[in-house]
Amino acid sequence: MSDHIEPMKKKEISVNEVEFAQIEQNGPKNLFSQMQGFWVTFATMFKKVNTVSYPEVKEPTAERFHGRHQLNRYDDGLEKCIGCELCAWACPADAIYVEGAANSDEHRMSPGERYGRVYQINYLRCIFCGLCIEACPTRALTMTNEYELADETRAKLIFEKDDLLAPLRAGMLMPPHPMYPNTTDTNYYKNEIKSSHPSQEVNN
Amino acid sequence: MTNAQLIAGDPGWLIAVKALLVFALCVLLTLMSVWGERRLVARMQQRLGPNRVGPFGLIQSLADGVKLALKEDLIPAAADKVVFIIAPIISVTTCFMSFAVIPFSGEVTLFGKVTAMQLTDIPVGVLYVLSIASIGVYGIVLAGWSSGSTYPLLGGLRSSAQVISYEIAMGLSLVAVFIYAGSMSTSEIVEAQQQWWYAVVLFPSFVIYAISMVGETNRAPFDLAEAEGELVGGFHTEYSSLKFALFFLAEYVNIIAVSALATTLFLGGYHAPPGLGFTEAWLGGWFTMVWFFAKVILFFFVFVWLRGTLPRMRYDQFMQFGWKVLIPVSLAWIMIVATLRVLSLNGAPRAATIAFASAVVLLVMLVNFGFENAKNKKKNTPFAEVSEPEFAVPQLPIKVSTINVSTGKKGDQ
Ligand code: SF4
Ligand code: SF4
Repeated sequence: MSDHIEPMKKKEISVNEVEFAQIEQNGPKNLFSQMQGFWVTFATMFKKVNTVSYPEVKEPTAERFHGRHQLNRYDDGLEKCIGCELCAWACPADAIYVEGAANSDEHRMSPGERYGRVYQINYLRCIFCGLCIEACPTRALTMTNEYELADETRAKLIFEKDDLLAPLRAGMLMPPHPMYPNTTDTNYYKNEIKSSHPSQEVNN
Repeated sequence: MTNAQLIAGDPGWLIAVKALLVFALCVLLTLMSVWGERRLVARMQQRLGPNRVGPFGLIQSLADGVKLALKEDLIPAAADKVVFIIAPIISVTTCFMSFAVIPFSGEVTLFGKVTAMQLTDIPVGVLYVLSIASIGVYGIVLAGWSSGSTYPLLGGLRSSAQVISYEIAMGLSLVAVFIYAGSMSTSEIVEAQQQWWYAVVLFPSFVIYAISMVGETNRAPFDLAEAEGELVGGFHTEYSSLKFALFFLAEYVNIIAVSALATTLFLGGYHAPPGLGFTEAWLGGWFTMVWFFAKVILFFFVFVWLRGTLPRMRYDQFMQFGWKVLIPVSLAWIMIVATLRVLSLNGAPRAATIAFASAVVLLVMLVNFGFENAKNKKKNTPFAEVSEPEFAVPQLPIKVSTINVSTGKKGDQ
């Protein structure tokens, strides 16, 4: 194939043949126009300031602001996370640590075969890029708008699964509990379970 | 009575009290001015500035001072220890010293004694301030040299070059004041301005002084000695903790000091502005101090305004400006002032004075015209054709975009 590649032609280009793009530059302004800069700063002093007095005044974030992560649940309370580690692999900052484990009928945290047994996000590393969200196959991982994540120690900034899990809402049951009767994980995936069933109340 | 007579009879304890007062005032003013500067600059940039510590953030600088004091005090291994420690001390003490000859007020009563708020009145007061200011430079130069590191050294060198060149312009601008006041004592210069402020009479001197005092204090746009973008922190890069705080203090006390000197020499010192002379008797004469500090704060505001508005100058432009513009202009101006003064002292006829003034104006116009011509000529000469270099050069891209300022013609060189 290499003989199809044309050899580069050496072509001398003289400076005079080169086409210039002219840019207008007027040189220094006269003293008066230079002085106008002083007026700009002076007038700005009396303008409304842009500062937000943060701890007292909290402005809402943009709607899709990348804040703290959240691990979501299905509407009956089972966790969405299947422990696949795709988020951890997607993370450019290596901020996520996941350990999956197998579900059993006695101990079921999520529909299907596996669940995330250990789930940690290190907020000292996370750059809030959202790549983990894109990687997650079950929408288990999403981001909230919460941004007040500062803390005193390094250890406190490694969030465990408990810190990240979404709270139980009405109709949800705290796992582990069995799946909705006569359903498979596909039904869950298609979002067909709208609430928990009385037969799922094994612990409560 | 003049200030010199007023303070001549001060007993020792009164001098001590006044020294203490002046020192306390300086420190207080520095703390306030740091806060004021940060708030003002913030406003100019549509921010709020420090507003957390105390009401309106007033004691922010105090908090910063405490924080600095609690920081680890590092002395680099390569540093010359003794000089390294002495440098900030020199810096700070000298800038406080110049306040000794500044008259803050007219005749006042302090603890039952009639006196004036001025520590001492020496016949060469202004020269004393100038000399103290030059010693203050040693602080910066030695700090730069003793740090044993590159950036501070560059900062120190810059600073010494800067202060030397601007001190000449500054000294020259003061000569006109001496000629007019017939004295170098600060209080007598103030008295000589009862009628007209020298800022009006000697306007060019005032402008030159105002410019060179910014250069002298290493402030924006002349802050080349500590240019953050180029030299990290300049001469104080290696300093930390209290020693750094001392430099910080020195910078601000220096600003207040040159502003106070400018007030004294050009804005009528502690006297009220024309037309408000009756206020000087208020509060038993203490109200003159209000006027004095009002003027100082005005200068300080200008300092802040400059910092908020202008970018830092390039070093060569800065030196060029000092040596090629300020100093010659000062010299010429002194000659003019001296001639006018001699003419008026010898009772020359009005016509002679006017003739001389017109001649000067004509001369200035002529020089200006020549300059403009030379500038235009330089602008219109195209660059000489350069021959191809013999060594290999990278190939030019086909389309070149260029900013062609010098000729204004389309790619024809
Ligand atoms: S947001 Fe980005 S950095 Fe943070 S955990 Fe997700 S992938 Fe990693
Ligand atoms: S959060 Fe999503 S991507 Fe991460 S392990 Fe769980 S299911 Fe997989």
